[in-house]
Amino acid sequence: MNSKELAWLIRRHGIEMTHLSGGSHIGAILSVADIMGVLYTDILKFDSSNPEWDGRDRFILSKGHAGASVYAAIAENGFFPVEELKTHYANGSRLSGHVSHHLPGIDFSTGSLGHGLPVATGRALAAKQDGKSFRSFVVMGDGECNEGSVWEAAEFANHYKLDNLVAIVDHNHMQSLDYCNNTLEVDMAKRWKGFGWNVIEVDGHNHDELKNALKDTSNPEHRPTVIIAHTVKGKGISFMEMDILWHYRFPHEGWEYNCAVNELHKTKPETVTDPYTPDGCPETQAEPENCRHTVSESYHPTYYTREVEDR
Amino acid sequence: MRDTVIRTLIELGKEDKDVELITGDLGFGVLKSFWETLPNQFINAGIAEQNMTGVAAGMALEGKKVFTYSIGNFPTLRCLEQIRNDCAYHNANVNVICVGGGYVYGSLGMSHHATEDIAILRALPDVTVICPGDPTEAALAVKKIAQTDGTCYLRLGRGGEQNVNNVIKEFEIGKAYKLREAKNMNKKVAVFSTGAILEETSKACDMLEEQGIAVEQYSFPTVKPIDSAVIKNCANRFDNIFTVEEHNIVGGFGGAVAEVLAECGGKAKIHRIGIDDFYCIEVGSQAYLREQVGINAEGIVRKVKGIFGE
Repeated sequence: MNSKELAWLIRRHGIEMTHLSGGSHIGAILSVADIMGVLYTDILKFDSSNPEWDGRDRFILSKGHAGASVYAAIAENGFFPVEELKTHYANGSRLSGHVSHHLPGIDFSTGSLGHGLPVATGRALAAKQDGKSFRSFVVMGDGECNEGSVWEAAEFANHYKLDNLVAIVDHNHMQSLDYCNNTLEVDMAKRWKGFGWNVIEVDGHNHDELKNALKDTSNPEHRPTVIIAHTVKGKGISFMEMDILWHYRFPHEGWEYNCAVNELHKTKPETVTDPYTPDGCPETQAEPENCRHTVSESYHPTYYTREVEDR
Repeated sequence: MRDTVIRTLIELGKEDKDVELITGDLGFGVLKSFWETLPNQFINAGIAEQNMTGVAAGMALEGKKVFTYSIGNFPTLRCLEQIRNDCAYHNANVNVICVGGGYVYGSLGMSHHATEDIAILRALPDVTVICPGDPTEAALAVKKIAQTDGTCYLRLGRGGEQNVNNVIKEFEIGKAYKLREAKNMNKKVAVFSTGAILEETSKACDMLEEQGIAVEQYSFPTVKPIDSAVIKNCANRFDNIFTVEEHNIVGGFGGAVAEVLAECGGKAKIHRIGIDDFYCIEVGSQAYLREQVGINAEGIVRKVKGIFGE
């Protein structure tokens, strides 16, 4: 399977899993889908028949709310049956809304933001001490970078020159209630550079750029690497893109689900079969105006933000 | 107690290169011998306890036996969620060492009083809570927990504690140690303590015996899992059980004992001696603050005699 095929399947599974479960975070699942697609085809070393293989690259999805994306990626890679994805959020399932390590192929649970980078850092440090050659990867959200623990780990990793540590920030520019810049203004690249990291900015939906950045992150100064992947929240479904509503709303039965699936079908690689609706859904008129909330950077909630009005 | 623990860690580290000590930039004059002997097994994580604990979890998941080190509430409350989610939930072999349980840093002020930590850590599933009463218990505990999978909280005093427990040979997690039998007197009580208040408790027991009250005394270096067998046994043989801790009486050691007693149906009534649910605003040394809140030897004696109307 190539990265385009996997990324498409992650999006399709994400729509189905949130649709069936009424689960949140489809916007984040869609924004990180290409990153996950590239990681789980061209970058990460793993063995689905031996999930705990010591030579594997370590991976943590620290933005655990996008858990459906990693579940889909590892199921498609044979760690467990794809069929099980439909149990996401369900009573008795192994697939909790946020990432669970009680599954083959996942060895760290997340859900509370700001935990992944310190742990990935500890693994990278242990690898250095033990002379092991794996890389330690972590995918974070941009809103997650509000957490102080991220920056505690950032200074630590730079100090110990952990060039086997690779962080990827899914920089979709939106967080829970608003755009990142309306919440806590941030120049993401400048901040990481200030912490001494090897900073690479890419289009997070461009697979070639992602692969080039991720293939070899070694650098002469032995800095840890951060890939700042500029993405679009809700990428791939026009009425979900850049709308905070879809951080929480799930695709409901009717036009929301039908239109989401049909839009994905327009970009479906020919080599991929849709496991749920192979021929797409009935043509349905979209009515996004009825549920559109926040579709521009000028949006901000009515709560106090700051006195200087410079938006 | 503190120096004994570090000496023990050095011994362990020499034999096992996977033993790792991470400090949150504390331990001046204490940790030097460790980092000089085992420089490749020592990390200063800086003043950043959340990251220290997350890093410890990551290293433990790679097979290390990690000890994090700081003082007061910094290695526990400051990074509680990392202990819960990253360490305990993943059964990571991370051992959180707190130096300064209780009022060790009395004069430094409320921020440095570790007086709710037992209750809070005890509430986390899969966290063993150990509060050694003297240097012997502490050294044996360290050897044990390094070889035990999973997450452990080790709450120490500081330095200079006397050895009191002369019956312990090997540390058994979850075991209370009987330090004295009740003499044949009309009045008798059972006294349990955890942590470095053991020395004051033993003094109090000596004084009580001199004043005609027999005491069966136990040291409980493990608060979780609690030795419920000893508690139930005493509940059937004594009318009154006293618990002593340098900690809030809410949810701590006394709370743990009370939970067992309430469910076992024995005849004993429990009396919790500790800090009566307040933040200490007074300034003073550990000895002074213990006296002020009534957990020094005289305070313990007063409370025990109180039930006999004395």
